[in-house]
Amino acid sequence: MALKHVNAVIVGAGAGGGVAAKELAAGGLSVVLLERGKWYTAADCRKDDLRNQRTSVLGNNSGPDEARNPRVVVDLNGQERVALPSEGGYSNNAGCVGGGTFTYGAQAWRYQEKDFRMASTYGVPEGSTLSDWPISYADLEPYYEKAEYEIGVSGDVSADPFHGPRRKPLPMPPLPVGREHTILKPAAQGLGLHPFDIPMLRNSVPYGGRPPCMQCRWCVGFACEVNAKCGTQNTAIPMALATGNCELRTGCMAREVTTDARGRVTGVAYYDADDRLREQTADIVIVSSAAVESARLLLNSKSTMHPAGLGNAHDQVGRNLQGHTYTGAWGLFDFDTYDDIGPGASIAVCDYNHGNPGLIGGAMLANEFIRLPYQFVSAGMPGVPQWGSGHKDFMRQWYRRSIAVQGPTQEIPIAESRVQVDAKVKDFWGLPVARLSGGKHAKTMETSVAMAEKAEAWLKAAGAIRTWKKLAGKGTSGGQHQAGTCRMGDDPRTSVVDKYCRVHDQDNLYVIDGSVHVTNGGFNPVLTIMATAYYAAERIVKGRKGRGV
Amino acid sequence: MAEGRTLQAICEQIIPTDQTPGAAWAGVVNFIDRQLTGPYRRQQAAYRSGLQEIDDAAVGKFGKDFAALDGQMQTEVLQSLTGGAKRFFSTAIAHTMQGYYGDPRHGGNRDAVSWRMLGVPVIPIRGRNRYELPKQGA
Repeated sequence: MALKHVNAVIVGAGAGGGVAAKELAAGGLSVVLLERGKWYTAADCRKDDLRNQRTSVLGNNSGPDEARNPRVVVDLNGQERVALPSEGGYSNNAGCVGGGTFTYGAQAWRYQEKDFRMASTYGVPEGSTLSDWPISYADLEPYYEKAEYEIGVSGDVSADPFHGPRRKPLPMPPLPVGREHTILKPAAQGLGLHPFDIPMLRNSVPYGGRPPCMQCRWCVGFACEVNAKCGTQNTAIPMALATGNCELRTGCMAREVTTDARGRVTGVAYYDADDRLREQTADIVIVSSAAVESARLLLNSKSTMHPAGLGNAHDQVGRNLQGHTYTGAWGLFDFDTYDDIGPGASIAVCDYNHGNPGLIGGAMLANEFIRLPYQFVSAGMPGVPQWGSGHKDFMRQWYRRSIAVQGPTQEIPIAESRVQVDAKVKDFWGLPVARLSGGKHAKTMETSVAMAEKAEAWLKAAGAIRTWKKLAGKGTSGGQHQAGTCRMGDDPRTSVVDKYCRVHDQDNLYVIDGSVHVTNGGFNPVLTIMATAYYAAERIVKGRKGRGV
Repeated sequence: MAEGRTLQAICEQIIPTDQTPGAAWAGVVNFIDRQLTGPYRRQQAAYRSGLQEIDDAAVGKFGKDFAALDGQMQTEVLQSLTGGAKRFFSTAIAHTMQGYYGDPRHGGNRDAVSWRMLGVPVIPIRGRNRYELPKQGA
């Protein structure tokens, strides 16, 4: 039986797709929201420190299915291997309703004004595809605000002099601070820095009909047991469903975006929860599957009119894959720093996001989320053996007396860091899998080392008796912060979507997720993904008003 | 089981008993054994051959199976591994750390022994996870 035609079908119920579904449904469009994973709830928290989004040694807790979704990963030496979702290099985000927002740490950053004009600010380094966004911070500001209020953000950025202009403060106050915060704050001030409370998509007071955070230690990587983390699975998507205009279908794996004989987009072919091939026709198709899978879906949507895949006439889909180059430092203290109070990450400085002499961009630096014991095993202090009594002594002596400070260095995009579809390896449904390859620009590495030095200096100022840097490899980033593969731009030869997230050579195909980020800021990207979704969806709804939606 | 004895001795080398129990008492072998029929099932062959190679190395160096050597000799054998045996030992280190420092529900970290050693509260919220942890002091 043919499925009823709808106004819009959205592939992926994560940060971007969830918000887009809500906006379109609230605007009166009929929407089908497809999600390959399940709809978990707070009861699925499980608190399993070996099986979660962040530590997946025994598997992951939020999809995608381990057996059905391989990828091919090519390392810096050209060696390729098949990787499963819980394995390193796979760049897993999540496969579930809410996507990464179901288990994330929930830092809710606005990018800074300069983050939208990186090429104008710094020039274009050789070998890079660094470019400005076609929209500015000011264009997104109202939508950042909408995300902060509608999804829910706590924190206090008033002490941060580097953020862009904003009309309203955050809707919720910061959580009570923990011991690391009280140790790091005076140290940062002593260095002339400007520390403040990290904005987070996490209730600090009752908000949106959900309770506040209880500050337990199972935070990043886990579903929130009390539902205090605000993801699209407990905000935008329920709002979309409440309009009566949106249907959420889980367990549905998109096969391709379908087109007619003239090459115009007609809908999405997908395998439903029983693995039957279905076709959902729609006036508009929105791809919101995150940077790796969105690119893969477009590349797998080949036809005679689009032989290289949709939106790929200029070989741009899948290029400029980026995440963040995380570096920082550990510090050991001669007193207890551990207080067993989550989420841990609570204090940040944005003094190093820009204006570092000789460098391009930089990173926000913050203390790391509260760590579970196994996560300290690989802290890697130089001179500590990897096994034996020396390692056990290290754990016993320093687990409660350590602080990590780190930050997401903004990456300088390169065309060679990319998503392709593999010629040989297929997934469970017979679809060519994503093939990840490339590396990082030398300027990215340079900046990331400088950020580690800044983190180390902060820890020393806080009284650390021993410090060491955590540096990053040169392999392609992606992971939870994956972005860039369908970049936004005015020139169809160097970008995939226009400034409204619409694919250049299509009038009814959109990409709404981190894929459209031209650059990814020196910040966790989720609030920008949500803001861009509000912004792009508003345009879609307005554009249809005159046409009797 | 000979393989179990060898693995137990390797794990105890990785996290030895001192003033607190080591990997053997914590049940790390039980943890690994359980995972080898689940998430680690693709590594069963690596365990078979790796344990054999370490036993062979022990016999070659000191004339006895690994588990029959004293601690100092065992350490020497592990420090002198090369090639595939060395790679297997890296895997065993990772799995032993998981079994010792990870959640007791997976069959290791008996009585939350590592969490007690580190001073991490074992049951931060009473009533929430009592069904998933072994009885205290059991």
